Formats: sequence, C-alpha cells, structure tokens
Amino acid sequence: MSSFTKALRPLARAASRPSSLGLRITPESHQCLRTLTTTPNLCQAHALDISSIPPTPITHLSETESLMADSIRKFATETILPKVRAMDEAESMDPALVEQLFEQGLMGIEIPEEYGGAGMNFTAGIVGIEELARVDPSVSVLVDVHNTLVNTAILKYGTEESKRKWLPRLATETVGSFCLSEPASGSDAFALKTKAEKIADGYKISGSKMWITNSVEADFFIVFANLDPSKGYKGITAFVVEKSAKGFSIAKKEKKLGIRASSTCVINFDDVEIPKDQLLGDEGQGYKYAIGLLNEGRIGIAAQMTGLALGAWENAAGYVWNDRKQFNQLVGEFQGMQHQLAQAYTEICAARALVYNASRKKEAGLDFVRDAAMAKLYASQVAGRVSGQAIEWMGGMGFVREGIAEKMFRDSKIGAIYEGTSNIQLTTIAKLLQKEYTK
Amino acid sequence: MPTPLKILVPVKRVIDYAVKPRVNKARTAVETSGVKHSMNPFDELSIEAAVRMRESKNPPVDDILALSAGPAKCVDVLRTAMAMGADRSIHVEIPDAGQGQAELEPLGVAKLLAKVVADEGRNLVILGKQSIDDDSSQTGQMLAGLLGWGQATQASKIEIDDSDRVTVTREVDGGVETVRFPLPGIITTDLRLNEPRYASLPNIMKAKKKKLEKKSLSDYGVDERRRLKTVKVEEPPPRKGGGKVEDVDGLIAKLKELGAI
Ligand SMILES: Cc1cc2nc3c(=O)[nH]c(=O)nc-3n(C[C@H](O)[C@H](O)[C@H](O)COP(=O)(O)OP(=O)(O)OC[C@H]3O[C@@H](n4cnc5c(N)ncnc54)[C@H](O)[C@@H]3O)c2cc1C
Repeated sequence: MSSFTKALRPLARAASRPSSLGLRITPESHQCLRTLTTTPNLCQAHALDISSIPPTPITHLSETESLMADSIRKFATETILPKVRAMDEAESMDPALVEQLFEQGLMGIEIPEEYGGAGMNFTAGIVGIEELARVDPSVSVLVDVHNTLVNTAILKYGTEESKRKWLPRLATETVGSFCLSEPASGSDAFALKTKAEKIADGYKISGSKMWITNSVEADFFIVFANLDPSKGYKGITAFVVEKSAKGFSIAKKEKKLGIRASSTCVINFDDVEIPKDQLLGDEGQGYKYAIGLLNEGRIGIAAQMTGLALGAWENAAGYVWNDRKQFNQLVGEFQGMQHQLAQAYTEICAARALVYNASRKKEAGLDFVRDAAMAKLYASQVAGRVSGQAIEWMGGMGFVREGIAEKMFRDSKIGAIYEGTSNIQLTTIAKLLQKEYTK
Repeated sequence: MPTPLKILVPVKRVIDYAVKPRVNKARTAVETSGVKHSMNPFDELSIEAAVRMRESKNPPVDDILALSAGPAKCVDVLRTAMAMGADRSIHVEIPDAGQGQAELEPLGVAKLLAKVVADEGRNLVILGKQSIDDDSSQTGQMLAGLLGWGQATQASKIEIDDSDRVTVTREVDGGVETVRFPLPGIITTDLRLNEPRYASLPNIMKAKKKKLEKKSLSDYGVDERRRLKTVKVEEPPPRKGGGKVEDVDGLIAKLKELGAI
C-alpha cells in the first residue's frame, strides 16, 4: 500500500526550498490562500508557480509524509484496532486513546513547532486522517474536525495573542469542536439563529447548536453566532467559547447509525458571556471563515471516506483470498468475486486521486473548491458502495457485529451528510461549471 | 561518577515483518523489489532501549548514533531511528546489486561496526539479537569478539550502575539468567525488553534536521568480501492440513494409531 501513497515530491521539495526556482511563497500568497475560496480570481496571479516542476504521480508522497503514514498506520493497527469494536458498542471514545492521539502529535499536525505542534503540511494531515479511517472512521473524524476546522480557524483568523494562548493547548491537551449547524439550519447554514450581543467587556451568546462533533471530549468550541441579524448572513461572527463558561451546556448526546464512538451533541448557550479577546477574527466575517474552513475541511472528510473504503476493502480481501474456501477453493478465486474486487479497488484509486489532487492544489495555492467538492462527493459514494459490497464478499461473517465489516458500512453513510450533503456538493460543482461554461 | 554513554545502535532495513517473503524466480534469494521494507523489529527495541537510557539520565547519555549499511533506501530507517530519538546517523551506502548479492555477511558488518566504534569513541553498542531476514544471530557476538569487549545477548532487562557495571537479564530455557560486565560492552536485545514507541509527528519533523552522514565502505577500509556463496534458496514445503480430534480420548487414540505412543 505504501507505493500507493507517494507524493508530489518535486512540489514538496520546491515548497521547502523557497529560494530555488523562484518558487517563494510570499506573505501575499498566504493571504491569497485564505481568501481563495471567496475571491478565486484575485489569487491566480500570486499562486505558487508549479509550471516548471515536472509532473509526478499524484500518489507520490514526500519522505516526511510517507514516514508519517507508516508511523500512524502502525499506531492505528496496534493501538486503535483492538478498541474499535468495544468503543462502537459503548458509543464512546476511550479517553486514554484521545490522550495517545495528543502524544503522537496527531492533534497539532499543521500547528507550527513554535506553538507546540508538528508543523507539517496540509497533505500530511490528509494522509493521517486517511490512515486513521482505515482502522476507525470515528477516531479519524475526531482528528479531522480538530485539525482541519478548529486548529486551522485559529491559525488563519486568530490574532498573534490568541495563537499563543490557544494553539499550544490545542496541540497538546484540549480537543476542539466546530459549532455551525443548528436545529433549524443545516444545509442552509447561514440561516442560523444563535445570537451574539455586545456587552461591556465582551460578548453574550444565546441560542443552541446541533450535531456538534467532539462535544463530549472538547473543552474548546468555535461558535458561529449572528451579531447583527438585520444584516442577514453578514452579521455572522465567529467566537471562541470554553466548556467551562457559565451558561454552556450539553443538552443531548445523539444515538447514531454510524461513527458511534464519535460524540455528536446538542449544545445550549444560555447567555454565555465571553471576554472581548474571544472574538475570532473580525465581526461580521464569520460566514466567510466558515466557507473557507469547510472548503478545506471537505478534503479531510473525503480522505476519511477513502481511508474507510480502503480499510473495508482490505479487510474483505484478506478474508476472501486467505481464509474462506467454498467448493474447494478460496472464494476470492471465483471470477465473479475477482471482478467485483477489481472494480471496487479501481474506484477507490479514482477517489484517492481526486482527494490528493484537491489537497495538492490547495497547497499550491490554486483554486480547489470544485476539486474538494468532487473529492468529497465521489469518495463518500465509493465508501458507501465498497463497504456495502465488502459485507457481501464476506457472506455471514461480514454481517455479524465482529470485526469491522458491518461497522465500516454503517460509518460510511455519514460521508454523504456532514460538511455539506451530496446534493450540496453537486450544487457547488454545478454552479462553478455553469460559470465556466456560460458564454 | 558514572561514565557518560556514547551509544551505537546499528539498524537494518529488512522486508516488513507483516509481508510474506517469496523466493525469486532464479531461486537465489528472497524477492525484495516492490516489497514493503521497514526497520528490523529487534533494532526498534535497541533504539528504544538507548532512548530510555537517555530519559532515565542515570548514567548520562552523551550521544546516540544510529548506523545502517545498505542501499540508498536505508535512509528511511535512519530517519525513523532519529524520529524515535537517536541524535544522528551514518549511512554506509552499499549499492544495491539486486537480489541480495551485495548484502554484507555478519562478519563484514561486525568489522565495519568495530571500525565505527573506534572512530566515534563508542562505549556501548546495542544491537538486535538477529535480523528477521537472514536470522544469522551473529553480528553482536562477532563484534564483541573483534573488540574484545564483554557481551550480553538476548537482553530482556538492562541496568547500569554508578560504577559502569552493566547488568543484563536474559530469558533462557526454564527461567532467567543474570549476567554482568563492565563498560565498554555489547548488548543484543530480545522481544520482551521494551515496547518501542511510535515516531510522533513532531519528532518526525525534528528528525529532518538531525545530521545524517553519508559514507561508503571504502571510507572505513573494511574487508567485506563474502565468505559464503548462496547455493539455492527454497520455500518451505506447504503445510499439510491436520485433522481435528474431539477430546482427549480421541487424541490418545489418534496418537496410538500413528504409532506415536
Ligand atoms: C454525525 C454528525 C456530525 C456532525 N458534526 C457537525 C459539526 O461538528 N459541526 C456542525 O456545525 N455541524 C455538524 N453536523 C451537521 C451537518 O453538517 C448537517 O447535518 C448537514 O449540513 C446537513 O444538514 P441537515 O442535517 O439539517 O439536513 P438538511 O439540510 O435538512 O437536508 C435534508 C435533505 O435535503 C437536501 N437539501 C437541502 N437543501 C438542498 C438544496 N438546496 N438542494 C438540494 N437538496 C437540498 C439535503 O441534501 C438532504 O438530502 C453533523 C451532522 C452529523 C449527522
């Protein structure tokens, strides 16, 4: 499998050696990455020039990325795998495991070393999320939301002071949550009703959020609330709220079909007062931040889904080609089975190509919004299909609540729902296409 | 005052333990191309042992040097060793002649290590008790012989006291054996010595900045000529399926039938 995941090495090299080839990533181009999602055209001029880099296979990883993939794969199979079934049955994440995720540095992948993180690149995070999902998509989403939505929010929009305050904690001990959805606003996220109000030395937040991943484990919440409903979505503002704040409460923990070890809760904000410095970025910019974060975050969910598909496929392949015999031969030797396995693997590879391409484009400062949407749409479809077939390939052994086969199938469904449903991805893709093809 | 340790940990790049080795078409060696490789598992134990010595601070550890001799790809295992906690590393590059032909024999490796021990002023070498590819289980012992140092093989526990005495517990048939030698010396590691850590992400990044020296065999002037010629490599015969018996009586009846009792 390691040959499968190898990166765009010349690109990684060029990025780490800014002086060569004149491929310097200037502060402007960083700025540009940030605003890319809302004003893509402005960015083209500043994007990392990759025209002189010889193309390499999209599956090619940098030395660091492959070392990391190896280390996480080992950690996942030796440490997480033995707990997967029990955590799913108990519908809870083992706190000792969360602690180990911090020890491994998995909770601060992109956080710079000076703030206690690993200081790795975006694709390293994608590799990590995928490797974890091969073994447990619940653990994978905990790491995914924490890194791609929460840490990135502080990294991109936090002041220097708030970075110094929060990033070391997020990298080493505090789990984070991202609170956008509400009971009455899901796909139409910016119709959110949670209100924020300016008070003497800060803000007061009231309302409720729904479907919040990590809320049991988290102490740190990024909350989107409307500071000025008269301005519509342009009143939406991002805040940092700690679990210990007065008026914060978890109202209900959902019982789910899949990713059951990942906590999902309803949260109430009952006049929660927070200090001024817990405003994230600027007032009224929250909707832009949410769009930008979710555009990137989607690549993470896509990676969760390709990891899941790969894990389900490998689990079944191991069984049909090594263990199970019928009619005096391994069931995986029947051509009818072989063709299905081959078709499924081909689809996984196609999905992974979309995921890694979106990720590398984001790193290169190119417009990746459509790529991310396509990756997430397709990866979740492939995950659903392959994990479902994998159960059939294993017969009764795939259907029982032992091993990971049936769990992967249940877990796959969420890929078509969170961080934008499949319909919403299709809408994004179609809108961008129509723009391009309108004469 | 205990002498600060200068540790050498040789690490070998081998076919990953989870991969089923297959004999090549020419039946001269095990197929290595396109096969996943990683650090010899016993060498992970050695690195872990060295890093734990550093963490316990008693005796103090000055320097942990990892070394690998082999093809260019050995750099991967050295990076892993440094991500686990080795301070620096040396890669003695041996061009890959394909199909294991260029591989050093244990004696060649031991001679090379003896040279490195002298050049780098080492006073402790921790090696795996064997590498899982050719299972020779000779390098540590030969190195001790060449250097004239004490050795303790197959360590399951290591203690070093304030007067530079190394006490090693080894698991032997029917119990444990405790041996002691004064520094400098050689230790080879066994499975129950420790549980090697995973390279954490921040440490993988730190390892990128650690020093990795490139050397060749000629830099050490070691006579590494092979003394053995591989005549033939064959896979073990496939296992024949056994039968199942219901109970103890069935077992006894079966053993009688086979003339075993
Ligand atoms: C397990 C889990 C974890 C989650 N974690 C988080 C989290 O951490 N933070 C957070 O903020 N949110 C989270 N969510 C919320 C998630 O993002 C929403 O569920 C998702 O955006 C869909 O919203 P909804 O459930 O309200 O569905 P709805 O918006 O009610 O959609 C219902 C159906 O209508 C379709 N539909 C809606 N609008 C359109 C349209 N314009 N065109 C075509 N079809 C449309 C949808 O595709 C869907 O099929 C999580 C959800 C789940 C289930």
